[in-house]
Amino acid sequence: MRGSHILSAGAALLLATATAQAADTIKIGLIMPYSGIFADTSTQMDGGVKLYLQQHGDTVAGKKIEIIRRDAGGVAPDVAKRLAQELVVRDKVDILAGFVLTPNAMAASDVSAQASKPLVIMNAATSIITTKSPYSVRVSMTLPQVVTPLGEWAAKQGIKNVFTMVSDYGPGIDAEQAFQKAFKAANGEVLGSVRMPVNNPDFSPYVQKAKDSNAQSVFVFIPAGTQPAAIMKAFVDRGMTPDKVKILASGELTDDSALKNLDNSAVGVITAYHYDHSHKSALNETFVKDYRAANKGENPNLLAVGGYDGMHLIYEVIKKTGGKVDGASFIAAAKGMSWESPRGTIAIDPETRDIIQTMYIRRLESVNGKLQNVEFDKAERVKDPVKAAMSK
Amino acid sequence: MIAPIAGVLFDGIAYGMLLFLLSVGLSVTLGLMNFVNLAHCAFAMLGGYVTVTLMNSYGWPFFATLPVAFVAAGAASVVLERTLYRRLYRASDLDQVLLTIGIVFVSVAVAAYLYGTTVQPISVPDYLRGSISVLGVNLARYRLFLVLVAAVITVVLIYGVEHTRFGAQVRAAVDNQRMARGLGINVDWTFAVAFALGSGLAGLGGALAIEIVGLDPYFGFTYLIFVLIVVSVGGLGSIGGSLAAAILIGIADITGKYYLPDLGAFLIYLVMVGVLMWRPTGLFGRR
Repeated sequence: MRGSHILSAGAALLLATATAQAADTIKIGLIMPYSGIFADTSTQMDGGVKLYLQQHGDTVAGKKIEIIRRDAGGVAPDVAKRLAQELVVRDKVDILAGFVLTPNAMAASDVSAQASKPLVIMNAATSIITTKSPYSVRVSMTLPQVVTPLGEWAAKQGIKNVFTMVSDYGPGIDAEQAFQKAFKAANGEVLGSVRMPVNNPDFSPYVQKAKDSNAQSVFVFIPAGTQPAAIMKAFVDRGMTPDKVKILASGELTDDSALKNLDNSAVGVITAYHYDHSHKSALNETFVKDYRAANKGENPNLLAVGGYDGMHLIYEVIKKTGGKVDGASFIAAAKGMSWESPRGTIAIDPETRDIIQTMYIRRLESVNGKLQNVEFDKAERVKDPVKAAMSK
Repeated sequence: MIAPIAGVLFDGIAYGMLLFLLSVGLSVTLGLMNFVNLAHCAFAMLGGYVTVTLMNSYGWPFFATLPVAFVAAGAASVVLERTLYRRLYRASDLDQVLLTIGIVFVSVAVAAYLYGTTVQPISVPDYLRGSISVLGVNLARYRLFLVLVAAVITVVLIYGVEHTRFGAQVRAAVDNQRMARGLGINVDWTFAVAFALGSGLAGLGGALAIEIVGLDPYFGFTYLIFVLIVVSVGGLGSIGGSLAAAILIGIADITGKYYLPDLGAFLIYLVMVGVLMWRPTGLFGRR
């Protein structure tokens, strides 16, 4: 009898410590491809997360933030789902976050929906992901959000016709359709289009086709990686330099790793994007300086900003709810939240839980001998056009 | 009308030349030595990284790096041949495939560890950039250069195999190893040299490929499929066959993508299936 008293007392004590711990700590499970072909994306995103913690400390509203990192290893929805389940069930995380790749984010969204856990998407950019879980929120972008303003801008500049070239996979087709729709709606003409295999070694036939169409402008979407440099070299080899043909693209074409492979012949390429490290604002200057200091001089890109803003959202929500991070409270607090990010002012759309942000139109220029995306125009408070069209 | 067709054909030939450089070594080792070396493109990637490192970290000019890429890939392959490959010369095809595909995975991890997963920058000399116009046809200079290099290598290789003592030894060793040994030919050494030369050519091909297709740690996998297609269409062990197959595949790929963009990416597979149904041993295959 006595023994069982001691036992239950012990159990009660244990329980008390456990709840005390739970009450004092908020666990965030990060799922990213830390290894494999996409490892560099995780380095950037996690760099943004770490930088936020370094600048703002690991305690917010009296809660200690604990981060648990899990490696999805690449495009692996099954792995992402299993990791999300393990994080929720075994590690008892309160928030799921990260997600570079769409399939992984989609798979983890199921877990978020079933377990009512908030899911913060820091990159994955396919429009519909946020519809998969009522507890997900996105701080990155969607491709139609990027290219729709570009299409409108191009038509406004008096560009009459375009030839579109996109990679033949989900995001590429999204980009093609969104750009063409916006451009046609503003009375532009699409002279032709090609969808190129994702694993495409040589761009010369497609570039030749674009050239033979005699279009005034070319719209390009290809994933970052080996391809931007290859396609830009193919353009230059065929004399399709930006002084002769307007080359329009979403920012992947001229991200930092691509710029290392390009020279002045690419000057004049026009891209739309939500972030570049050269963006002029006091917050961004500090952000870039601190990021470089912590990452061997590497410049932060959109993934680092995604990680940084994702953490900011989590911190602000915790402050607002006083530490309540169940799915419903988290999302209620996140909806409509607006803040100053290194990329400018951003907000969470209360209707779609997706991001509202400024799209910058940039021209590639040589600044002090280095290629740089120079912002010269912008479209403010852009929502994801796909979900806007769905709700109509 | 003529100019675009000629331009597309030229691009196809140039792309074929690139495939030829990447695959001729495999054709030699597979055909002559009966060894399934799926790690062939890993040696090509090694050559590429050698060129990138020498140019970017040591400021070497592009041309000076090419021989080094050749030698480095050849030397690395000899080390692997002596330590790993030779144990499996008599093993089954499956064992050879497992070993060499494993080496490709290792190469991906090593390259990603050393260089990161981003694409490696390279800038070729200015006179290899842009294009020249011949009779209204636009010819990219770098591609012209590729065609030239591949032509020289073909001549040297065919001469080497058909008309030199070493070439005769290689052919003898392949046709009948026991007899060749009986005649006093050092078969092991002959194979090692042939293997090194084949891998060295891959290294050179890898270095030359960067400008057109870029270089990342997955190079060894990305090009494996193209290289295998060229080797099987051309016929094992035939240098002329590899050249013909590479040009055929290059032209099919480029013209397909130009004239039938919806079908373009599949055309090379159709060509492969067609050729192999017609001649199961490849265009110039002997067995």
